[in-house]
This record gives sequence, C-alpha cells and structure tokens, in this order.
Amino acid sequence: MKLFRVFFGILALSLFIACSSSDPDPADPNEDYIPTPKPLTVPPIFDRLLPPPIVPADNPQTVEGVALGRKLFFDPILSGDGTQACASCHQPANSFTDPNRFSIGIDGLEGTRNSMPIFNMAWNSKNKFFWDGRALSIEEQALGPVENPVEMHNTWENAVGSLQSHASYPELFNKAFGTSNITKELTVKAIAQFERTLISANSPFDKYLLGEGNLTPQELNGFQIFMDESRGDCFHCHGNENSPLWTDNIFHNNGLDAIITDKGLGNVTGDPNHDGLFKSPSLRNLAYTAPYMHDGRFETLDEVINHYSEGLVYSRTIDPLMKAVSRGGVHLTESDKADLKAFLLSLSDPSFINNPDFQDPN
Amino acid sequence: MKKIVFLLAIAFATIGCSNDDDGNNIPVTAAVSFNFTQNWGVTEITPSNYTSGVYENAAGNYVSIDRLRYLISRVELHKADGTTVSFDGYQLIDLADAGSLSFNPSESVATGDYTGISFIYGFNEEDNVNGAYPDLNAADWNWPTMLGGGYHFMQMDGNFDDSNGASQPYNFHNGTARVSDGIFEQNFISFDFDQNFTIAGDVTIEIAMDISEWYKNPLTWDLNDRSVNLMMNYLAQKDMQRNGATVFSIGAITQ
Repeated sequence: MKLFRVFFGILALSLFIACSSSDPDPADPNEDYIPTPKPLTVPPIFDRLLPPPIVPADNPQTVEGVALGRKLFFDPILSGDGTQACASCHQPANSFTDPNRFSIGIDGLEGTRNSMPIFNMAWNSKNKFFWDGRALSIEEQALGPVENPVEMHNTWENAVGSLQSHASYPELFNKAFGTSNITKELTVKAIAQFERTLISANSPFDKYLLGEGNLTPQELNGFQIFMDESRGDCFHCHGNENSPLWTDNIFHNNGLDAIITDKGLGNVTGDPNHDGLFKSPSLRNLAYTAPYMHDGRFETLDEVINHYSEGLVYSRTIDPLMKAVSRGGVHLTESDKADLKAFLLSLSDPSFINNPDFQDPN
Repeated sequence: MKKIVFLLAIAFATIGCSNDDDGNNIPVTAAVSFNFTQNWGVTEITPSNYTSGVYENAAGNYVSIDRLRYLISRVELHKADGTTVSFDGYQLIDLADAGSLSFNPSESVATGDYTGISFIYGFNEEDNVNGAYPDLNAADWNWPTMLGGGYHFMQMDGNFDDSNGASQPYNFHNGTARVSDGIFEQNFISFDFDQNFTIAGDVTIEIAMDISEWYKNPLTWDLNDRSVNLMMNYLAQKDMQRNGATVFSIGAITQ
C-alpha cells in the first residue's frame, strides 16, 4: 500500500510537470518567445542621405507586431462606443490625416487642431510628436487619443478589457509579444510598430534625385524658388534635396495670427517664448493632406502659398525666419507661385497612399 | 601553481598604470571632452537663458536671440613633442539642445604636456561636401547648392530694434560665399591657439564664443544695414568671416 502511494505520487507529479511544460498559460510572459523580426525597409533616398530609422530597443519591429498594430489601427474597438478607430482620423487615402479641418470624436465633439499625417515617423530624430511636441515617442503619442474626451473618449482599462475579451486579440498579442495578457503598453507598442512601417519616399522628386525620372521645367523652377533665400526661403524649415524628410521636425510661429489663442509648444513647455509655435509638417504628400496648418485653416495649397507671400502677420513670438513680415510676406509673382506649387506637388507619393500593406485588414 | 597565480595577479594589477617618481599612479591615457560656452561680453548665454536676454551690439542695435546653431570640426590637440592628436567627427552646437554643447570624441589621448588647441569653425573645403553627413542632413543644416552647397557654418536668428524703434528680424547665417553664378569661395575659419597645459587625467576643455564679436571686430556691423537675405550676399559672407576671427577663445581646462 505504501509502495502504491509512492507510485501514485510520482505519477501525479510527472503528469503535472508534463502538462505544465508543454501547455504554458499564455497569460504568462514567455521570456523565450521571439517573434519574427521584420526590420524596416529603408528607401534608397533615405539610405543615401539620412541616418538609420529610430526603432526603440524595447519595441523591435516584428511580423506579428506590425500585423497586430495594423489590425488595431483600423479597429474601432479602442474607442468608448466601438465606433472610432485611429484610421477614422488618419485615413490612408489622405496620407493618414483627416480631410476635415477638425476631426469629430465619438460624442460628436470637434477638436481644435487638424489631425497630423503619419509617415516617416521613424526618422523624427527630435522624438517630439503631435503639433505641440507633447509626446516623446510614437508609443506615447498612441496613448493619447484613446482617453481624449473629444476623440475616442474611452479609458485604457475599458479598451484593454475589450481587447482581452475579444475572440482573436489575446492570441494575436501572444504571437506578437509572447503573452496573451494584454496591456495598454503592449497595445501602443503594436500600433507604433505599424506606424513605423508607414514610409513614403517614392515621389516624382525622389525619382528625380535617384536619376529615375524627370521633372518639368516648372517643377524645377519651383524648386529654385523654394531654395532661394530672397524668394521662397522654404528650406530653412522644410528640408531640401539633401534633407528629404522635408521638415526640420522643430517648432516655429509662422505668422498666422496677431493674437495667439492656441499656445502650441508654449502649453507644453510653459515658456511664453514658445507660445504659438507648432511643429513644421513635412511637405510630402501635400496632394492628399488638405486642409493645411495646425488648425487646418487653409483649404488649398494656393492659400498656403499666399499666406507666406502676402499674409504674414506679426506677433511677439513670430520666427525671425518670417523675415518679410513687415511687408506681409515675400511677395512672389503669380508665375513663381504656380511654379512653387508645381514643385511642392512633386513631393507627393501615390504609391504610399495606395500601398496594400497600409490598408484596413479587418 | 599558487605562485604563478599570485604573479599573474600582481602583473594584472600593475598593467594600465605607471608610477611616477613619488610612487603615485598616473594613467597613460585620458578622455578628452570639449565644452562649448557662449557669452555676450561678460554676460553668459546658456540654453536656459538665450531667448530671454536683450544685448547691445557695437553698432548700438538692441538684439535678441531666438536661435543659435554653429558647427565646429577638425578639433586637434598639439603635444609638446611636436605631434598632433586629431579627433574624428564634428559638433553641431545648438542652444536649443543642451546636450549638443559637449563634444566627446571616442579617441583617448596620451597624458603629458600639450602646447596648443586648434579647430575649424564650419567645414574646410575637403569636408564641406554636399549631403555627405546624414545627421546634419536630418537636422536640415544644408547650405543651398545654388550658393555653393555643403552646410551652414552658423545660423543665428533673432530680432533687433531698428532705427525707428520697431522690432525687425535678422538672419545671421554663414557658409560658403557665392561670388557669382557657379563661382564660390570657401568661408571657414581656422583657429589655432597656443596654450601650454598638462593632461594628467580625464580633461574638459572649454571653447568659448563671444557672440558680440560677430558684430564688432574689425567691422562694426549695423543690423539696420544688413539683417536678412545675407546668404547670397558675398560681401556679407566675407565680412562675417573677418569678424569671426576673434569670436572664439579657449576657456577653462579642467581635470
């Protein structure tokens, strides 16, 4: 009898060990699990001219992470009433911005700024995101809209609960991160992985720089105006042929208002010298990203060019690069305006907005 | 066997240090860092205060600073034995980024006596290659190809009170000088300071820029006359180079 008890005990222990080793609880983080690496594909023009993309060590790009992030980006499950996804205000056809001046949240409330387009985020070496730079990583940026009361108006607790009780998300998180225990941190990591894949560098101007295409004389003359300090002088904030992000990723007051009502960067830093400063947006994909400026006040590119040409107004923090403010602007000729516009549109990349990897997978 | 282990331990303990006559350990090599500081005369200008001050230049213009970035390259130390230590790389100093005010070369230097410090403000002709430096490209630091290409050497932007008392912008930007279409003239400045010092351990060398010098020596620069659109102005570019010759000095050497 005693021998039988010992035998039974050994048998039970063996069964327990066998079961626990072959069938781990997926909620427990599996430290040994390694998802499939998927490094970013660096376009030739970036490879030639820019530093490598910035990918945080604690959130490497993986096949499973990007796929999960893409599904989450297009899924309204993160919003308070299940009606709004990231993609609702960041639409692929619009270079991942909103064609409306202000996006409407789930409660019908309107924001106060135009949603920013999303591309080439991994090359933002300044690591300041949003128009006012208040998020210091893509992951941190992705945390904001879920709880913003005029956007998705949810709580992360609820959002994570919805994902956790979903039929497929726990397994997708398990594949991406080695755990089915979903957290907001893992959720934004996946979204950030997807967002880092949104790379745009295949415009006619890129092809021209690579020797793979030609520009029209009008586009080339527009580029000269862009680079001419006494005419367009756009390059100090918006890049050049050797700085193909077409943004400096820093903050400027570009002479929109005499009285500043939205402090922008000043709200973040508390420095009154930063009042009215907003991040320079990239000039890529302008064909798809109207309306323009942080508050979407300009419906057309012509209005934007007219602003810099004749519409500048002084305020205390206006950037000194708006050097012609006392005359209202640089006063381009109508011909120069048309050529400048033609050049700017040569920075748009139809293959980006039509990329099948960037569309709704759900 | 125990003896061998003991001897090895002694040997490892003594490697990496040498003894001076007093028996003190002196490191053979030391790390060097360069600390860039700015001042306007006697007033210190730092990342935390540069946008809040108003300064009077030699022409009597009251000047504020919104942005100050400049490039230093080819930093070298000259040893008493006649040899030179050259540090790879360059430094884009940006007062909006406190971390950029320190240049920390990867190379270490031999301890001992030194007689001089030299560097280049901007890039010399060999280094000033259009689009060659990815980090500077990403910083949008390029100088237009139509003006000779390469990179800015300095970008100082701000405002001044004009002769009518009105606030006006200035863009004091320096780089390659355009003589005429397709004809360009290099515009960097070489600094070579005689300075006797001894490196006995890790050392920090201060390189100081007196911003007021850009406006006064030898040419008194009146922003009422020249404040914007200076990049394509050959004479303005060469006058900046002339005035720049007295801008830098060697400050404290600490170790």
